[in-house]
Amino acid sequence: MAGTARARAGWRYRVNVTARAVAGTIGAYAVAALFAAAMARLLPMPRVEAIMPATLLAFLVGPAVTLWAFLARGPWRAWAGVILLAALFAAIGWAAGAPA
Amino acid sequence: MSALREGARQVMAWLHGWTGLLLGWVLFVMCLAGTLSVFKPEIGQWMRPETRATADPADAVQAATDWLATNTRGSTGWYLTAPSARTNTVEAAYDSDGSFVYRALDPVRGAPAPRETLGGEFFYRLHFELELPYPWGRLLASIAAMAMLVALITGIIAHRRIFKDYFTFRPAKGQRSWLDGHNALGVLATPFHLMITFTGLVTLASLNMPWAISATYGKDLAAVYHDLAPGVAERARANVPVPLAPIAPMLREAQRRLGGTIGRVYVINPGDRAAVVTIFRSDADQIGFTPAEISFDGATGRPLRAWRENRGAIQTYNVVYGLHMARFASIATRWLYFLGGAMLTLAIATGLVLWIVKRRERAPLSLGNRVLERLNAGVLPGVPLGCAAYLLANRLLPLGLTGRAELEVSTALWAAAAAVAMGAALPPRWSWPLLTGATALACTLAALIGLSISVMSAVLLAVAAALALLAAKQLRPPKRAPERRRRAA
Repeated sequence: MAGTARARAGWRYRVNVTARAVAGTIGAYAVAALFAAAMARLLPMPRVEAIMPATLLAFLVGPAVTLWAFLARGPWRAWAGVILLAALFAAIGWAAGAPA
Repeated sequence: MSALREGARQVMAWLHGWTGLLLGWVLFVMCLAGTLSVFKPEIGQWMRPETRATADPADAVQAATDWLATNTRGSTGWYLTAPSARTNTVEAAYDSDGSFVYRALDPVRGAPAPRETLGGEFFYRLHFELELPYPWGRLLASIAAMAMLVALITGIIAHRRIFKDYFTFRPAKGQRSWLDGHNALGVLATPFHLMITFTGLVTLASLNMPWAISATYGKDLAAVYHDLAPGVAERARANVPVPLAPIAPMLREAQRRLGGTIGRVYVINPGDRAAVVTIFRSDADQIGFTPAEISFDGATGRPLRAWRENRGAIQTYNVVYGLHMARFASIATRWLYFLGGAMLTLAIATGLVLWIVKRRERAPLSLGNRVLERLNAGVLPGVPLGCAAYLLANRLLPLGLTGRAELEVSTALWAAAAAVAMGAALPPRWSWPLLTGATALACTLAALIGLSISVMSAVLLAVAAALALLAAKQLRPPKRAPERRRRAA
């Protein structure tokens, strides 16, 4: 990223940045969306009320994942974090089930 | 190449630069238009100098619906905003013969103001719809707001010396000065920048983060709307024509029941037996949006249902929403919003300039960066030029012109487009002062042509003076690069 000119020109660097950029945009949004869905189902409130904190907090989860995608040690770890969180929230949402 | 080894702060600075660059111009348009929208009603007043009559809000809405009843055909809904302490007209959005229009209606006659204009509504819509069709404008605005949030957070982390930057400004030193200016603008109002970006993202949540809703309601959007605003009655059109009952008594009844003052008034299926009139209490005296509403049977004038919002979670959302809309704000708070917005707009502009200046001082610009440099020179002065052209068109276009309001908007868009073309065609050392000077001139003319001395005219003159100074500065021959740098090269 802020590396030397030669390091920046290499294909490894490009793949690294591209992988992180996809994790930090599409990945981060997916995690935020799954978080919102899981929280809306999980919170012990009437569903119309639960969507509010779920949605508000999702807007903080998104940027946090974006930062993680660029700060993680290596693109593999960045992606592992994104996939792990996405799977976790998907599982919580699925386990909580849609309200009757 | 591990990001961590390069240092987290540098990674944050890198991310700050790229998120800012990729959506910088979109954000510049949004922030400028949003800043102007703080004074949406006041701008509307300034743009309709012939419409000075005032009336009691209930009587004004009655006049408006009387006019609408005889002058619209096949409407599915009239969405009105009652006059307030800040504006004398009734704002009306409605469809007639299949086309959707926005008009400011005279509070006494009920007919559209003679100087047909969108007024401040143009800046307000531009702020989050970017003159693009639904839903693309709002989606682009959402993506830009998300990028902005990341840019703000990374900008803060990349920064070592928040406190010191309050007091640091090294003028006329090229990159240093741009950086100092960018930092000061960003740092001084950081809490405002974070608040306005986050709350802005939230205002479009039903479009950009609908997943909490889909996870709990599935596709049943009608149920969501019903649960969110239980005081809004929904009825299918009966297709039996029945004139609307007098609306002023409904408004007075609403005011008696809801307290406060009348805000928005929706008339759904006007002229039909199933017409519904929903009246929302104004949010001018509290932060929370949509504090209470009541629905009436439009044909008989009998109340159908009412609701006063008292659910904590919904109120929380409404306060977050209301913080962005700033309709609660007193005049002093409104000016603070305006100032904060202006600082954010300038922080974005200086950031975009800084991208180029920084690279130009290191080495000759690459082709890509030369394109960016020219885009900067066209867009950054060009968008304000478009706004000034809009105000000037309001003063110059004859009153009776068909499609006058739309012509004002076209003038703004063509002026901005011409500026971008000029920025692309001319070297930046010419396009910058020319376009900045043109904006100063347009602001001066808009302030002086026609009429009354007002706060808005004074602000326009002050902006014109600042821009003229900037243009004069840009005309001076560029300084040579500092000695130290050239020796090093």
